[in-house]
Amino acid sequence: MSESATDRLSRLLAMVPWLLAHQGVPLRRAADEFGIAETQLVKDLELLFVCGLPGHMPDDLIEANWEDGVVYLGNADAISRPLRLGVDEALALIVGLRALADVPGLGDRDAVTRALTKLETAAGAAAASADSMRVDLPRDAAADVVSACEDALRHHRRLHLGYLVPHRDETTERDVDPMRLLQLEGHWYLEGWCHRAEAVRMFRLDRVVDVRMLDVDGSPPATARSRDLDAGMFAPGPDDAVVLLRVQARARWVVDYYPTESVEALPDGALLVTMRTADTAWLRQLVLRLGGAARVLDPPGLADEVVASARAALVQYDPVSQPGDTGQGGDPPCRVI
Amino acid sequence: MTTAKTERLLNLVICLLSTRRPLTKSQIRQAVPQYAAGGSAPAFEAFERMFERDKDELRELGIPIVTSAQDPMFGDELGYRVDRESYALPDVHLEPDELAVVGLASRVWQQASLAGPAALALTKLKALGAPQDDGSLIGLEPRVLTAEPAFDALWAAVRDRRPVQFGYRTSSSTAVAVRTVEPWAVTSWHGRWYLAAHDRDRAAPRVFRLSRVEGEVRTIGEAGEYEVPEGAAARVLAATDMGAASIRGLAHVRVRDGVGQLLRHRAVAVRAGEQPGWSELSVEYDDLEVLVQELVTHGAGVVALDPAPLREAVVRGLRAVIAAAS
Repeated sequence: MSESATDRLSRLLAMVPWLLAHQGVPLRRAADEFGIAETQLVKDLELLFVCGLPGHMPDDLIEANWEDGVVYLGNADAISRPLRLGVDEALALIVGLRALADVPGLGDRDAVTRALTKLETAAGAAAASADSMRVDLPRDAAADVVSACEDALRHHRRLHLGYLVPHRDETTERDVDPMRLLQLEGHWYLEGWCHRAEAVRMFRLDRVVDVRMLDVDGSPPATARSRDLDAGMFAPGPDDAVVLLRVQARARWVVDYYPTESVEALPDGALLVTMRTADTAWLRQLVLRLGGAARVLDPPGLADEVVASARAALVQYDPVSQPGDTGQGGDPPCRVI
Repeated sequence: MTTAKTERLLNLVICLLSTRRPLTKSQIRQAVPQYAAGGSAPAFEAFERMFERDKDELRELGIPIVTSAQDPMFGDELGYRVDRESYALPDVHLEPDELAVVGLASRVWQQASLAGPAALALTKLKALGAPQDDGSLIGLEPRVLTAEPAFDALWAAVRDRRPVQFGYRTSSSTAVAVRTVEPWAVTSWHGRWYLAAHDRDRAAPRVFRLSRVEGEVRTIGEAGEYEVPEGAAARVLAATDMGAASIRGLAHVRVRDGVGQLLRHRAVAVRAGEQPGWSELSVEYDDLEVLVQELVTHGAGVVALDPAPLREAVVRGLRAVIAAAS
């Protein structure tokens, strides 16, 4: 990848004040701060070293020294203060802070408010465009659950959770060593080492019915690894059942949300989707939830289960008629009754 | 190549910041060694073109280059400088706990296209010398994604108030239609991005889901070509599901014993049902559709009682499932 000259200049103009404020910082630490490799940092320092005031006599140039693996910088008065925040920079922080302010129990609300006021003032005109962007973080978790997780993370304490497993519709008791608190696809999750499963698990916070911080060290085992979330929430295993779904165009989001084995587009815009799952209960629930926008093609047993479940439910609304016996001329999906 | 250019731009910035008096182009050319010298007229013209481009790029970075008449004695030749006070970030005194939450706010963008600007902004604030408190908010990842390919182009259009055209697939059909809009605002809700805009062809405000934008977003006009009416974006967004999030309703449902643990947990009231083996719950909801989806997953274990639209939507959803399967 090649970086543009202006992107690099932006970094250098931020780097000089930061290094001046952190004299003697190790190369590694400085490289991390700027999200670059140490070799790139050295290239940046080499560049700074030959720049300076007009005249470009030795006395005019920026002094940079990184011989012992630690960085010292000097003679850079003209650019010793950071450039004002650009529009995207101001916006990223202001929109981020406003989003945090709306999540009950997350972070220190008072600190968020104070920081926001200061930043809005400092950003000046650049803050105006922050009104054109809004991020709604999920608010589905109870404030006490969020703050208990946050506390446990900070103090490395184990948590005891009462946790509902929706597809089994039961509450389970678990001790969890917290690893991180994150939001994904509209919900808050706690990732942690579950002592009951003896594995890393994700717990959706709106399904936590009880939380208690234990007076026990909560450091997860060294072998515990965070999941790569870019692969999605559900990691399918090789022994899982294979399910074939026909998903209508209006429910295409399903393939973005859940891992699929294959997706084939049909001429009418519908998708043929193959999924693998250890537990078909959640798939039955998914198809019910999609309200006719998806149909199970295989296995037939699962297709029957879905229909049976819907019929049994409908009976309770209108026990007299034959519910859902729509046949060929039946109700089209989504007709208002 | 970029190293030479970065070096030239950096020297130019230092030169313009360190001068009290505006410098003419000739003076700048002498002061910045990377503007190659040469006495000929074509060489000077080449320098002028390069300087003009550099100046524009620096301004785009937000560096305030001031142009003024250099000196009455020298006729009307223009001079250039950068005012230090308007260049520099004001000294924001952030307390350690404030810096910690700003760091957390920057992590919102960790996996998104504003990750770079967010990180750089944070570094600038840290450079002001505030003491740090790095450890306190470790493990918190309130990140949003900007997975939609159209995000960058549409956000830039919002920021620059620049009309755009794009292909859009509505929820009810798979056909892609070209839409011409004046972008007002973008918003992330339930993990997805939406655009509020004025639709020129329909002469009305509309909300678009970014994941349904197909292909390239083309800019079709000038930056700043339109004004965003005060409060308009908020109004059009409020008219959608996103606005509905603030309007809570109360639903009554009947739940079979042993079923609906999550509903029971959320319920604001639980009563024994009229029939044995059932309870009646009062449940608050933000979004009727979301509640419908939750209720139908329980099959025969849950019955929606009221409000009527909830009951109707549940029946409709169940019938649709059966119809789709036959």
